Amino acid sequence: MESMGRITPSTLSTKDLPWQILWNKEKCTLCGGCTAVCPVRAIDLGVHRKRSLQIPVGLETKPGNLFAIYHGIDQRTDPAHACVGCGMCTMVCPNGAIAPLHIEGIDKLRFHVNQGGEPRRRGGRRNNPDSVLDKIKFVRISMLTDPALDAGRHEFELRTLLGRVLPPEEMLKVSRENGWMPPVREIYPLVIGSMSFGALSPNMWEGLQMGVAYLNEELGMPVRVCTGEGGCPPRLLKSRFLKYVILQIASGYFGWDEIIHSLPQMKEDPCAIEIKYGQGAKPGDGGLLMWYKVNKLIAAIRGVPQGISLLSPPTHQTKYSIEEAVAKMIQSMSMAWGFRVPVYPKISATSTAMAVLNNLTRNPYAAGLAIDGEDGGTGAAYNVSMDHMGHPIASNLRDAYLTLVKLGKQNEIPLFAGGGIGKNGNLAANAAALVMLGASGVQTGKYIMQAAAGCLGSEGDRCNVCNIGVCPKGITSQDPRLDRRLDPEQVAQRVVDLYLSFDTELKKIVAPLGRSTSLPIGMSDALGINDADAAERLSIKYVL
Amino acid sequence: MCRLFAVTSNDPVSPMMALNALNVMKEGHDGSGVGLFLTDLGGEFEKFKNEPILSGIFSNDGIKALDRFMIDLDFMVKYKLSFRPTKPTPSGTPKRDNYVIRVYEYPAEWEGLSQEEIQFRLMMVQLQLREMGEKDKSMLIFSFWPDVIMIKEVGDPLTVAEYLGLDRKELSARTILSQGRQNTNYSIDIYACHPFFLQGMSTMTNGENTAFVPIREFLMSRNFPGYAGYQSDSEVFTHILHYMQNKLGMGMEMYKHIITPLKDDELVRHPDGKMLRNLKQSCRPLIIDGPNCVIGCLPDKTMFMVQDSKKLRPGVVGGRPGIFAFSSEMCGLDAAIPERDINLDDQPMRYETVIIRRERQEIEKWNQWDALPHLH
Repeated sequence: MESMGRITPSTLSTKDLPWQILWNKEKCTLCGGCTAVCPVRAIDLGVHRKRSLQIPVGLETKPGNLFAIYHGIDQRTDPAHACVGCGMCTMVCPNGAIAPLHIEGIDKLRFHVNQGGEPRRRGGRRNNPDSVLDKIKFVRISMLTDPALDAGRHEFELRTLLGRVLPPEEMLKVSRENGWMPPVREIYPLVIGSMSFGALSPNMWEGLQMGVAYLNEELGMPVRVCTGEGGCPPRLLKSRFLKYVILQIASGYFGWDEIIHSLPQMKEDPCAIEIKYGQGAKPGDGGLLMWYKVNKLIAAIRGVPQGISLLSPPTHQTKYSIEEAVAKMIQSMSMAWGFRVPVYPKISATSTAMAVLNNLTRNPYAAGLAIDGEDGGTGAAYNVSMDHMGHPIASNLRDAYLTLVKLGKQNEIPLFAGGGIGKNGNLAANAAALVMLGASGVQTGKYIMQAAAGCLGSEGDRCNVCNIGVCPKGITSQDPRLDRRLDPEQVAQRVVDLYLSFDTELKKIVAPLGRSTSLPIGMSDALGINDADAAERLSIKYVL
Repeated sequence: MCRLFAVTSNDPVSPMMALNALNVMKEGHDGSGVGLFLTDLGGEFEKFKNEPILSGIFSNDGIKALDRFMIDLDFMVKYKLSFRPTKPTPSGTPKRDNYVIRVYEYPAEWEGLSQEEIQFRLMMVQLQLREMGEKDKSMLIFSFWPDVIMIKEVGDPLTVAEYLGLDRKELSARTILSQGRQNTNYSIDIYACHPFFLQGMSTMTNGENTAFVPIREFLMSRNFPGYAGYQSDSEVFTHILHYMQNKLGMGMEMYKHIITPLKDDELVRHPDGKMLRNLKQSCRPLIIDGPNCVIGCLPDKTMFMVQDSKKLRPGVVGGRPGIFAFSSEMCGLDAAIPERDINLDDQPMRYETVIIRRERQEIEKWNQWDALPHLH
C-alpha cells in the first residue's frame, strides 16, 4: 500500500521555495482575506491538528493526550502554486499577521518549473539588479570656470527630436526647392515605452493615456506614449489625443485592421509609427499574449478569436532581408500617412545593431532607431529569453552613436534607448547618462508601471505573473474583478507626478553641468565611471 | 577669465594699442598667454595685400624644414619679418629660436585657379606644416593667409610684447583681435591660445564652452580638413562661423540663430519661424550653452560681437567714426578710446549681434527677432 505522503522528484517543502509565507497564529483573525487575494492561490485555509500532552501532578491520573484543532494557513508547495512574493496577503491582512519572506540562497523550485516539459514562462524582467547606468557619475561640474545653473530658476529647453533631421546643407536645398521635408516631432525625451492594450489592463491603459494628455494639454510637456503591439482603441484613434501616441506595428500585426480602417476618421496624425523588429526582454522572440488574457475586448481590438494564445512570429514573415524589411515597411507606413508621420524601427540591442543602423542611414525615410537593451521588461516571455538573451544597452547605444558620429549623421537619425532605465529607481540619472552617451531620448515601461500603478515586480523575481492575467494590482490583468483595483484617475495622477519629478531631477543633473539650452546629447565629457574597462568601452572618463 | 580687446580703425594702429588695453584689464587675466590677429594690414605689409603671409614660431631646424617644404611647393619668399629675441626670456615664456612672419609669392602653377581652390590649398599648406611641426615641436603655425598676421606666445601679454618688440613700425593693422590669458581650463598649449583662425575668419571667446564635445564631434564629422585642432573649446566658434559662411552660404545674421537659436515657443512668434525651426533642428549639435562672449572678424574685415543666450560674459563696444573697439571690460575701452561718446557704447544682450563694418562709421545692431534680410 502506498503511503499518503508520497514523495516525487518534484515534491518540495516550503523551504525549497523562493518565497515562504510567515504566518502568525496569534495575530490572525481568520478573515480569509489573504487566501482570497493571493493571485496564484499559494495559500489555503489550513486545518491543523495539534496534540498537547496532559501531565497532571501526582500519580493518580496517568498522563494523557489532548487533541485539538486550530485553523490557519497552509502554503502550497507544488510548482504551479508556489508563492510569488507579491505580498498582497500582507497588504490585505488587518493585523499584519502574514508576509512572504525570500529565502537566502538558491531555491529548488527553479529545477521544477518545467512540469510537462514546458519551460517557465513569466512576465517581468531579467531579475538582475546590476546596472552599469547606475555606476555612471556626472563628473564635469561647472563651478568657477563656468557658473552652474539654477535648476529651479533658470529656463530649460530639454526637448528632443523624433524624426529624420536633414543635414543643414540638404535642409537648405529642400527649403529652396520646396521639396519634401521629413516630419520631425519635438517631444519630451522620456517616452512611455511600448506596452500593449492586452498586455496592460484597460484601466492601466486609460490611466496612462489620461496622464499623457494632461501633461501635454495642461502642463505643456510633449510626452509621448507608445501603444505596443496590440492595436489601439478606436475611440482614441479617432480623437485629438492620437497625436500624443506612437502606434506600434509588430510581426503579429495585431490591431492594424482597426487602425487602417480608422484612417479616414483620424482627426490628427499619430506622433510616429514604431516598427518593432525586436524587444530587449526577449530578443529574437516574438510578442506573446497568453490565452488567459485574450478576453472579448482584447479579441475584438486585435481582430482574433477569444481565449487563444497570441504568439507573434520572431520576425516579420513577409520580409527576408534587412533592406527589404526596413525599406518596404518604413516606406509603406510613411505612405499610409502621406509622409507626414515619422516611421522608425525598434530593435533589441544586439551586436548586429550597427548593420541595421548603417542601413537606416541610407534610407531617407527612416526617422530614427529605438534600441531596447536586455534589461527591458515584458508581459510574457520564456524565462530563458529574459535571463540570458540580449545585449546591454549602454555599450550598444554608445557604439550606435559613435557609428553615427563617424558618418557625420549623429543629428540625422535620433537614437532612443530603452531597457533597464530606472530599474533601481534612478530614472533621471540613467536617462541622463544615456543621453550623454548619445541617445536623443529614452523609453521606459517598467518604471512607469512601478511608479504610476504600484507594480510589485522587482529585480528579485518578485510577482512576475503578468503573463497569466492575474496581476494582483490590476495592471496587467484582463479580469474586471482585478482591473477595478486600479483607478485610472489615480494612475494618471501618478504619471503626472513622476514626469514632474523626473523633469526636476533631470534639471538637477544638467544644471550643474552648465547645460540648459539644449538636451546634452553626446556630452560624454561629463561622464565618469569607476570601472576602467567600462570607461574604455564607453569612451568616458575613468574616475576613482 | 580671459580678457579680450579688439580694435578696428581707418588708420593702421600698432598692436601695442591692443596690448596696452589688455594690460589695463590685467586684474582679470592671469597673464598666462597672449594672442594677436592682425588684418587689413598697414606698414610694410600693405604692399602685399594679396600674397599669403605665414605666421608661426620655428626652431632653427624648423626653419630649414620650412624652407625645403615651401621651395618644393614653389613658394618664394617676398618679404619677411623675423624676431630672434636676444633678451632673456620672461618668466613662463619658453625660449624660442625664431618668430616668423613671411610673405610668399604664389607658385606659378596656382595661377588661374579659382579663389575657392586657392583658399583650400592655402589651408592645406598650413595644416601640413602644423602636422610636420607637431612631430618634433619644430614648428608652430598660426596662419597662412593673405593680409593676416598672427602672433601667439605663452606669458604675460605686455611683457611678451616688449620681449618680442611688437612696437616696431613695420607692424601695424587696421583690424586687431587680441586676447590675454590662454584657455587654462585645459593644459597650457600655445594652440589653445585665442584668437583662432580659419580661412580668413577669426574669433576669440570669453568663457567656457560647456557644449564643446558634441559640437567638436559634429564639426569633425563634416569631412573638412580645417575642422581640426581643438586644443581649446573656443576654437569651435571660429569653425561654426566658417561652416555657416563657407558650407551653408549664410551671412553673419544667421550666426546667432545657429549657436543660440530662439526657443521653440519664441519661434512660433518669429516672422521666419518656420525656416528658423528647420535650421535649429538641422544645426542642433552646434547650439552652445555659454557662458560666452564671442568677438570675431570676417574675411571682409567686418568685426562682430555676440553673446550666448543666457549666462553672458562681459563685452562692450564703443568708439567714434573711424575707430571702434570691442572690449571685455569697460576700462579697456576707456584706455584705448577715451575721447568717445560713452552714451553710444553698447553692450550686446542675449538676442543681439553687434557689427562694425570695414567703413567703421557706426555700431550696427541686429536682433534675433528681426525678420531675416534675405531668405533665399
